[in-house]
Amino acid sequence: MIEVKKETLAAEDEVLDIQDLTVHFVTENETVEAVNGISIHLKKGEILGLVGETGAGKTTTALAILNLVPDPPGIIKSGTIRVCGKDMLNAAPRELEQIRGGDVSMIFQDPMTSLNPVFTVGDQIAESILLHEKCSKKEALARAEDMLELVGIPRERAGEYPHQFSGGMKQRVVIAIALACSPRLLLADEPTTALDVTIQAQVLDLMCGLKEKLDTSMIFITHDLGIIAEICDRVAVMYAGRIIEEGTLEEVFNHTKHPYTEGLFNSLPNIEDRTAKLYPIPGLMPDPTRLPAGCAFAPRCPYARPSCIETPQKARSFSSTHKVLCSAYDDPSFRIHREEA
Amino acid sequence: MENILEVSHLKKYFKTSRGTLHAVDDITFTIERGKTLGIVGESGCGKSTTGRCVMRLIEPTGGEILFEGRDLMKLSKREMRAKRNDIQIIFQDPFSSLDPRCTVMQTIAEGVKVTGKYKTGKEVESRVLELMRIAGLAERLANAYPHELDGGRRQRIGIARALAVEPKLIICDEPVSALDVSIQAQILNLLKELQEELGLTYVFITHDLAVVNHISDDIMVMYLGQTVEKAPSEELFANPVHPYTRALLSAIPIPKVGAKKERVLLKGEVSSPIDPGDECRFAKRCPHACEACRKSCPQLREVSPGHYVACHLFGAEGKTSSM
Repeated sequence: MIEVKKETLAAEDEVLDIQDLTVHFVTENETVEAVNGISIHLKKGEILGLVGETGAGKTTTALAILNLVPDPPGIIKSGTIRVCGKDMLNAAPRELEQIRGGDVSMIFQDPMTSLNPVFTVGDQIAESILLHEKCSKKEALARAEDMLELVGIPRERAGEYPHQFSGGMKQRVVIAIALACSPRLLLADEPTTALDVTIQAQVLDLMCGLKEKLDTSMIFITHDLGIIAEICDRVAVMYAGRIIEEGTLEEVFNHTKHPYTEGLFNSLPNIEDRTAKLYPIPGLMPDPTRLPAGCAFAPRCPYARPSCIETPQKARSFSSTHKVLCSAYDDPSFRIHREEA
Repeated sequence: MENILEVSHLKKYFKTSRGTLHAVDDITFTIERGKTLGIVGESGCGKSTTGRCVMRLIEPTGGEILFEGRDLMKLSKREMRAKRNDIQIIFQDPFSSLDPRCTVMQTIAEGVKVTGKYKTGKEVESRVLELMRIAGLAERLANAYPHELDGGRRQRIGIARALAVEPKLIICDEPVSALDVSIQAQILNLLKELQEELGLTYVFITHDLAVVNHISDDIMVMYLGQTVEKAPSEELFANPVHPYTRALLSAIPIPKVGAKKERVLLKGEVSSPIDPGDECRFAKRCPHACEACRKSCPQLREVSPGHYVACHLFGAEGKTSSM
């Protein structure tokens, strides 16, 4: 009895619960192993940064959360995804429509292509309000104008078309659409990558403000560790479809454990010391159609031992929040350079 | 060392139906042989146009481009074509700047043949393989097509192709912007090594301030077609003077916990470069703009040795130092 109670309490606070998600893309002659058994938990008001390079499986994970993985060729091989307690993978299409845009919404990377060029921005924001809430067109449009103001665009501009806005403003319109129905979870897929730094600063500032105002949980997908450091509470680093390191911002940045995470940090130019040499990770990401039997990072890893290449990595916890997927820690004396320094 | 390139009063105007677009408006800069000049700015500030104007891929509207003492603007089309052996460019997008129907070998060989130094097919081939090695491409990729390769390798082809004609100056137009961080670091290291070995001079165009700081000796900050600040890299990052440079530097997200600093948040967006009036082009977004800023466009002034800035406020004592 007590057990059950605990679970419901946790569920109330838990906005996202992904268990052991595996997504493959199957074509006639090959299978792309995009996401390979990841688990993510997100509480109310938390911002999780999802980092990784092109092809690490970040966007596929986000699409899976919305049950939007294109099928075919995409197949969700295993796992469960619960958004606010609702099972996304077994929900009926009608139900999914309600959840998408209502409980969870997504901001796509490219604001230029995610807006419809033939509708005014006001109509596009109102559309999602009309779909999710019982209100008249007029009320929805008024709400849409409020949303525009919230993201810092004058409400008079609701009647304008996307091409009349600059890149930064279009991205803010996209954010306004995503937030129109006050979702509890927001998936932001590289929302500032297409923007200039000063505009990026504006958008990040806006998103942080919204989190404080609406208590929205967020998954922030990016490859920019600087952005992560600025806005995230927790970080998950993905490589070849797996989360190889996960922890609080402090743990991942200041007590880095995984050699790949270390490699990412070493690849970044240091803005405070321009003479610092870059130590890039040698080689390339493995072909996702032919992932090695052992650790996918082993061929590029400076610490790899023969056993790493042959046997899959083991998960290891360094604290209740800090988890790492690396077999090198089987040896208790193992330390990466970053930690020694 | 002598200046390999001296650009003065470079202008490029485009005629549009709504008026004249001032893409590059009176830019002056010099680069010493063997050094790197970084050009930073946001999209639409004219940094790429400047790069292209220097090698006359876009015909400048006016100005003077002295390359090793010769004015490139006075060269005929044919002479300019020959001159491009000395000045090469690496483009941003390694996906669209390569011919999809040419193998790596064919793409690089084209440049090798242009030099006229390698007569037989064998000689050309061995030179291509040498260039591939220099650029860090495995020999087995010689017969691969661009679509078979990832972004980092494609950018290496772009580099090998530029090196094929043995240039003295390479204009790098956002060469790492489309790449992942680990690959970006590989390419940046490669460019640095090549500079040391071959004595190359770079014009490095980018919007990434961390990258530009890492690779450049001098940095020029552009805003709406004009230079707002120019200084040696250390100096620019240590003592930025122009309000725009300060905002730009403060907007860089730093990958360190708790590195969050005082941020100068700019209001609004870049104004239109079409028929700009005689006012400071940054005035509309500038948190410190005053009367003088709206009356005339500030000129570049030397504020300390090698450090130039175009801002009315600097000199109006106390103002900038308290910003």
